[in-house]
Amino acid sequence: MSAGHTPQELLIAVVARLLEGCGHVAVGASSPIPGAAALLVRALSGGATRVSILGSTRNNFFTNGGTELFDCAAQGRIDAFFLGGGQIDGQANINLVGAGGEYPRHKVRWPGSFGSAFLYFVVPKVILFREEHTRRVFVPRVEFISAPGVSEPGVYRPGGPQAMVTPLCLFAFDRDRGRFRLASLHPGVTLEQVRDNTGFDFDVPDAVPTTAVPEPDRLDLLRNSIRGEIAEIYPRFAAGAFADAA
Amino acid sequence: MGNSTITDLDDLAARVPDGAQVVVPPDYSGVAMAATRALLRRGVRGLHLVAMPTSGLQADMLVGAGAVAMVEAASITMGEFGGAPCFVRALREGRIAMRDATCPALHSALQAGQKGAPFMPIRGLLGSDILAHRDDWRVIDNPFADGSDPVVLVPAIRPDVALFHAPLADREGNVWIGVRRELLVMAHAAHATLVTVERVQDENLLDDPRTAAGTIPALYVSAVAEAAQGAWPLQLWGHYGLDGEHLRTYVAQARSDEGFAAYMAEHVTGKAEAAE
Repeated sequence: MSAGHTPQELLIAVVARLLEGCGHVAVGASSPIPGAAALLVRALSGGATRVSILGSTRNNFFTNGGTELFDCAAQGRIDAFFLGGGQIDGQANINLVGAGGEYPRHKVRWPGSFGSAFLYFVVPKVILFREEHTRRVFVPRVEFISAPGVSEPGVYRPGGPQAMVTPLCLFAFDRDRGRFRLASLHPGVTLEQVRDNTGFDFDVPDAVPTTAVPEPDRLDLLRNSIRGEIAEIYPRFAAGAFADAA
Repeated sequence: MGNSTITDLDDLAARVPDGAQVVVPPDYSGVAMAATRALLRRGVRGLHLVAMPTSGLQADMLVGAGAVAMVEAASITMGEFGGAPCFVRALREGRIAMRDATCPALHSALQAGQKGAPFMPIRGLLGSDILAHRDDWRVIDNPFADGSDPVVLVPAIRPDVALFHAPLADREGNVWIGVRRELLVMAHAAHATLVTVERVQDENLLDDPRTAAGTIPALYVSAVAEAAQGAWPLQLWGHYGLDGEHLRTYVAQARSDEGFAAYMAEHVTGKAEAAE
């Protein structure tokens, strides 16, 4: 907390900046940081941004069962969503299925692809988020494509990856080139550190900006109100992720 | 009117034939765990388990007990408690067939079954290894598009059995599911629908428009058995939360075949469950 904020608060602030202006943000399971960022953006928007959080009772207004999230996304009613992966490669292909050996008898088996193979195609702003930045995760080529980062021309694809947030940096994704570009390094992180821990090649601008620290008014909001809201779904996260309110 | 739809847990379990295609809901939507334990006691075999669209403890126990030949799912996981140990082990050892899917593909296939349609088109999936491994799915060119527009088709799912747990039924066999509408689609699509409920009430659910909107009519329901706490150790929306301590214990025990056998003896086949 040397910089006046926790590591989680920094990541929430980074994700929140990517969500500004969205009309409807949906957040999947096991995603406390994206969930907190979405709730923060809703608070800043005065309620204009809608937020649907899987697993939440208070922040889930769907009434048509498990299919509604996907139907809603297919119609363009969801502006932003989050995906991760056991492996992610430089073309933003994601693998949520397994690694080592041959499918389906992978040495390591992850839960499965969930809605990724659909939502990655239809949600305009998909933000990739991983709390582990290592060569184990960021590989040259994923061993199973749960959902591809880019598609052939002629494939219906209004959506796709826009950015990737890690504990070290923020990447932007260029859909035309099918490549990541380093957008900013988090405070105290070096380019070498990112290169050493990333298994794929990415573009680097001449001058790499430093990720802005969380804005004081947003930190206040996080610590005073968002902490309580996110505790409904992630009590353990809420207890440890935030500094005490001033 | 007395109704033969209302039955008991063992009779319900007896209605799932070996080798049946059984569709089950995700962990948050009312999983018939008491009925699953009854199924395991009767030694069911060769199931084709379809998770609509994900599963956890239920799939893991059925797989661990050797009751499953094939799993079709968008994910099998114990969520915050970790991976599904028996499922992962069976997959690695090649003891079960796996059909990986994505959530909306399963919903669409079930909706096709509900409508009596042969298949459903679905966006996305192109270029994925999910599609590459599904020899039962097809890609066609959208016949209504001006130019080329490839689209995936998934065949209808008409399960032999839909199995789930709900809060409430009435004596006629109507079942209240509130906003958990995936349960309604499951009942519409399946040839037989087996439901456990917390409670059976005397008042007809269809008489009150406030409950009628969230009710599966008895037309679609083959059998209902009362099972209080029937989703335990999983949660039932609006009624009780999951039993975290028990699930942690399960995941720890299920890491080995011996541990899983001990769990089964204590909680499924042994004395502890005899009262069910």
